[in-house]
Amino acid sequence: MISLLSGVALRHLLARKRQSLVSLLGVVLGVAFFLAISAMMQGSEADFIKRLVDNSPHITIEDTYRNPTLQPAAQLYRNGVVEIRRVKPETETRGIRGYAKILDALRARPGLRASAVLTGQALINFSGRDVAVALNGIVPAEYRDVSTIQSYMVVGSLDSLNANQDGIIIGDQLARDLSLALNENISVSGTAGQPRTFKIVGLFHTGRVQIDSSQAFVQRKRVQALMNRTNRVNTIIVKLKDPYAARAEAALVEARFVYKAVSWQEASEDIMSTLAIRNLIMYTVVSAVLVVAAFGIYNVISTVVLEKRRDVAILKSIGFRARDIEWIFLLQGIILGAFGNLVGLPLGVLFMTSLGGIEFKLPGSSDVVRLPIDWGWEQFAIAGGFAFSASILAALLPARKAARLHPVDILRGGT
Amino acid sequence: MTAVLQAERVTRELPGEVVVTLVRDVSLEIQAGEFLAINGPSGSGKSSLLYLLGLLDMPTSGEVRLNGEAMGHCGEDDLARARLAHMGFVFQSHFLLPEFTALENVMLPMRRLNRLGDAEIANRATALLASLGLDDECQKVPKQLSGGQSQRVAIARALANDPAVILADEPTGNLDTKASEVVQSILKGLAHKHGRTVVVVTHDPQFAAQADRIVTIVDGRIAQTSA
Repeated sequence: MISLLSGVALRHLLARKRQSLVSLLGVVLGVAFFLAISAMMQGSEADFIKRLVDNSPHITIEDTYRNPTLQPAAQLYRNGVVEIRRVKPETETRGIRGYAKILDALRARPGLRASAVLTGQALINFSGRDVAVALNGIVPAEYRDVSTIQSYMVVGSLDSLNANQDGIIIGDQLARDLSLALNENISVSGTAGQPRTFKIVGLFHTGRVQIDSSQAFVQRKRVQALMNRTNRVNTIIVKLKDPYAARAEAALVEARFVYKAVSWQEASEDIMSTLAIRNLIMYTVVSAVLVVAAFGIYNVISTVVLEKRRDVAILKSIGFRARDIEWIFLLQGIILGAFGNLVGLPLGVLFMTSLGGIEFKLPGSSDVVRLPIDWGWEQFAIAGGFAFSASILAALLPARKAARLHPVDILRGGT
Repeated sequence: MTAVLQAERVTRELPGEVVVTLVRDVSLEIQAGEFLAINGPSGSGKSSLLYLLGLLDMPTSGEVRLNGEAMGHCGEDDLARARLAHMGFVFQSHFLLPEFTALENVMLPMRRLNRLGDAEIANRATALLASLGLDDECQKVPKQLSGGQSQRVAIARALANDPAVILADEPTGNLDTKASEVVQSILKGLAHKHGRTVVVVTHDPQFAAQADRIVTIVDGRIAQTSA
């Protein structure tokens, strides 16, 4: 039966080849553009997240607590109504206690790299000028594993800090600001007050002025001495093999070591929600393309129904049921939707690959850039599914109308 | 003789601000193998009566019986099924599906009924067309056929499922004299040589005169019946 009905449907479409082709083209282009645009959006999102993930720690463990510590009275009576007023926390030396043990525990987990850092504010004094910088006290060997700073080094490397224990690495912007050059000495004073002299052993350039003009790296021991915080660190930086596990991993760390552990997702929640909104907008716009294509299908099938009123009367008088008639026109939508997908999906792949092959140079940069393209089966499923259901929906309305046609009305209406 | 089709006090009204009565209180019995002509002036309701007899339309009141069975309670799908198996329609003209060849047009009712295999359907359709002198026209589409040929294809299609009744609505209305004579003799032959029941609506008195019985409709009523 379905072969009979689809045979009639196909003849109807073939009878108006040009119109059918145009509406088919609507679906084809809709699907292809949907794929191309969503691949570009997804690609740029993936690219953006990759930069974000690569350049920032996956998890940062800080020397603070997410929630204020419970007072003994509240700890004792967990279910009781305890009110303590005017609590003044105990003065304690800041920093992560027992960080060596925490590091060992962290490193025991598979795919996890961690490095302990002591950061603090310091003043660089040079030729009568004071510039505030964030001084990072690191152990170069382990810090290299958790940071991308090594790849931004213009002169020297992180290992230069090992060669010269009194070495300092600063951003090229800061060097320019202070007219400094490699191997020059600068005086750095920390919160403990005692200035120390460091020799510039490396320069880095990340391209972000904020970092290039205010970050400096030295041996951890030196910072501990400068800040008068021997054997302390205040940050543990963690990198994971799978960055997307950061949220769960951070929760585990926090549950175990109490210190506040912030995943990169939490740290850049605003960016993540911006990306989500961007995706929503993109899918709305691209779906609109398919909706327009669906109107094309509605148009052609409506026209066919109008033109085929007489055929409907013939078929009904022969003994075709209303449902048969509905199927004939619904099948036209299904045929257009299916063929649209059949041609549109490969065409979309072609679009995506050729877009991915385009090379261009950004103004002011000598790097050759390619459009980031990324696709997954979900996009094909959404594009195909949406186009197909839109086609069916567009055919359903005229098909219903055709099914309701009364043969006698048409026979009476004129021959 | 048994009645194949019966109309019992059938009335058909078109609802609206002014109710139009198309068929008024008509009772009629059609015997198996009978060749019946319905004539009357245009607008008298003869076509409307044919649609009621052919189960294409339902009466406002009264009952149509097919082989003694009342059809009044039937739903649209049941009526469609009854038309498919028991009725064969021939309309004035141009009532072939334009995208299908003559052969495919004739095969259509058989394929819908789905009682025969594909090969049998094709054979029967070819045989039907051949019996009406259309051996060479099987693969032509309606556009390539003359009016008389189209009407013969329509008759072949009406015969496809071996129906109890052939109903023809002005089958010669758009044909020239020669083609008209061919169609008339085919329809007459179906009744008289092959024992089929044929009901023809026509305003051509010469055509009506060949029938076993003539029913004249005026103003929706049977004005006269003559044998």
